[in-house]
Amino acid sequence: MRRSHPRPAAVAAGVAAVLVALVAGVAVGPVTLPPAGVAAELLNLLPGVHLRSGLSEREVAILTELRLPRVVLGLLVGAMLALAGGCYQGVFRNPLADPHLLGVAAGAGLGVTAVVALRHAGGTEGLAPTVPVAAFAGAVIAVVLTYLLGATGGRERSPGTLILAGIAVSAFLAAGQTYLLQRNIENIREVYSWLLGRLATAGWHDVLVLLPYAALSAVVVLLHRRELDVLSVGDEEAASLGLHPQRSRYLLLAAASLGTAAAVSVSGLIAFVGVIVPHVVRLLTGTSYRAILPLSMLFGGAFLAITDLAARTVAAPAEIPLGVVTAFFGAPFFVVILRTTRRGAA
Amino acid sequence: MSAVEISGLRVELGGKEILAGVDLTVAPGEWVTIIGPNGAGKSTLLRAVGGRVPYTGSISLFGTGAGRLRRREHARTVATVVQSPIVPAGMAVIDYVLLGRTPYIPALGRESAGDLGAVAEVLDRLDLTGFAERPLATLSGGERQRAFLARALAQGAPLLLLDEPTSALDIGHQQEVLELVDRLRGESGLTVLATMHDLSVAGEYADRLVLLAGGAVVASGPPRTVLTEELLATHYGARVRVIDGDQGPLVVPVRPR
Repeated sequence: MRRSHPRPAAVAAGVAAVLVALVAGVAVGPVTLPPAGVAAELLNLLPGVHLRSGLSEREVAILTELRLPRVVLGLLVGAMLALAGGCYQGVFRNPLADPHLLGVAAGAGLGVTAVVALRHAGGTEGLAPTVPVAAFAGAVIAVVLTYLLGATGGRERSPGTLILAGIAVSAFLAAGQTYLLQRNIENIREVYSWLLGRLATAGWHDVLVLLPYAALSAVVVLLHRRELDVLSVGDEEAASLGLHPQRSRYLLLAAASLGTAAAVSVSGLIAFVGVIVPHVVRLLTGTSYRAILPLSMLFGGAFLAITDLAARTVAAPAEIPLGVVTAFFGAPFFVVILRTTRRGAA
Repeated sequence: MSAVEISGLRVELGGKEILAGVDLTVAPGEWVTIIGPNGAGKSTLLRAVGGRVPYTGSISLFGTGAGRLRRREHARTVATVVQSPIVPAGMAVIDYVLLGRTPYIPALGRESAGDLGAVAEVLDRLDLTGFAERPLATLSGGERQRAFLARALAQGAPLLLLDEPTSALDIGHQQEVLELVDRLRGESGLTVLATMHDLSVAGEYADRLVLLAGGAVVASGPPRTVLTEELLATHYGARVRVIDGDQGPLVVPVRPR
């Protein structure tokens, strides 16, 4: 009897979703590549595999240099946002928690804006390595502010109180961001192209910048995910079970905020992934964070990669900003969660 | 060696002194129930023994100073059922009971076969096996109280703290739960320290009652010596009649004229 771990079928479904998103994301675009050839080329990237894909050299270049980094980045960003969302939900014992609703993304956004806007104009190529660090600083400040503000409601606070605090913090940080932009109008285009989702210009460089932070965040959160289940009985009971509730909470918050910050610094502001994905996973697999978090990473990655595919093909050759697409589907979904949560809490 | 030895226990919460020097000893295997009017500090006393509020004075558990125990060791020594435990939304009974194994699971590890076996045994003893996969929130009050108890028993601690274990239950389920605790106490040699509001019930199940008032112990001893009309009038401001029952004194409220 194994408890609380993802069911093999669910893991298989998640892995399948990632693979489908990977192949579809790479195959579809202005130049359509045959999925079989794409799959073969992707397998060729593994060491020791040499398959005949039937793709021309130019097609292989499109695949490995243009599309693959973008899809991989989408997978990573989606995985990070969904993992962070699930983690916040556990830490705050609040099913509505999400990197955006808590103001974490806005904090990271302010950090990125500060670095980009205050940097000398004259376009550094790609993403400066300082950007994720600034984003992390902003994210941590935001989550601490939201936590403190939300805690002023005392013990009686409802899930909504924290979210209201997050919205206030978001508004405050967004105001700071607007001010910075206004003062540095010459860099505004660069900031906006980032704000609306930078996946369009993604290259391997961005993947490499994101990867170490994402890996660290994922490892820390996943190693400690059982503690989220223990925290679900409340701090006092968690303490009587031998846990240090505050210590666990700070560690998990820091790790989730690092993941969010890294994702935001490469992708811009993409809302609702962190609330939709863990919620759907929870409906499918139950309430243990030990199952929710790894599955959220898989499905979150697949979800964002597919959403990005939609964002760049629906109105081709124009691209719809990724954040617009996720918000378009995410906002109505959020209302549904809000309604069910209210009923559950009553 | 006593299971619990408390001396000079003081607790201040929010600048207010809740416990003002409590001395209390509980022998291994004994069932001691703390009674007292609202605000007497009953729950706070239990929370102090459970290591959940800061205190001054000393508490030893089975001969070791409670402050010297590491948090996980403490959790293996004392298990608590709080007054109204939080019911995590959607969590199945078995997963909830498994949380009781937390002090045995290494920081980054997972449950061992031994943990799962311990939980299966507890579920069986508490007649919860049939409910294992049901969400805790869907259980009735009595079943839920058994699940709370199961989580505490899964901790494998020799000392069980029960804060108002029956306050949410009807009279039939009260008896069922308390009989169960008494049976478990006999089977596993548990020491039970409880708080209770219902004085007759408290007297029927406890070996010894401790009457707490104004943050201090004002009476302590076998139920017959603590549940007296005079003591209850003095400390509860209540008019009661105490009648001899089969298992102990029965306290009946009488309307003042």
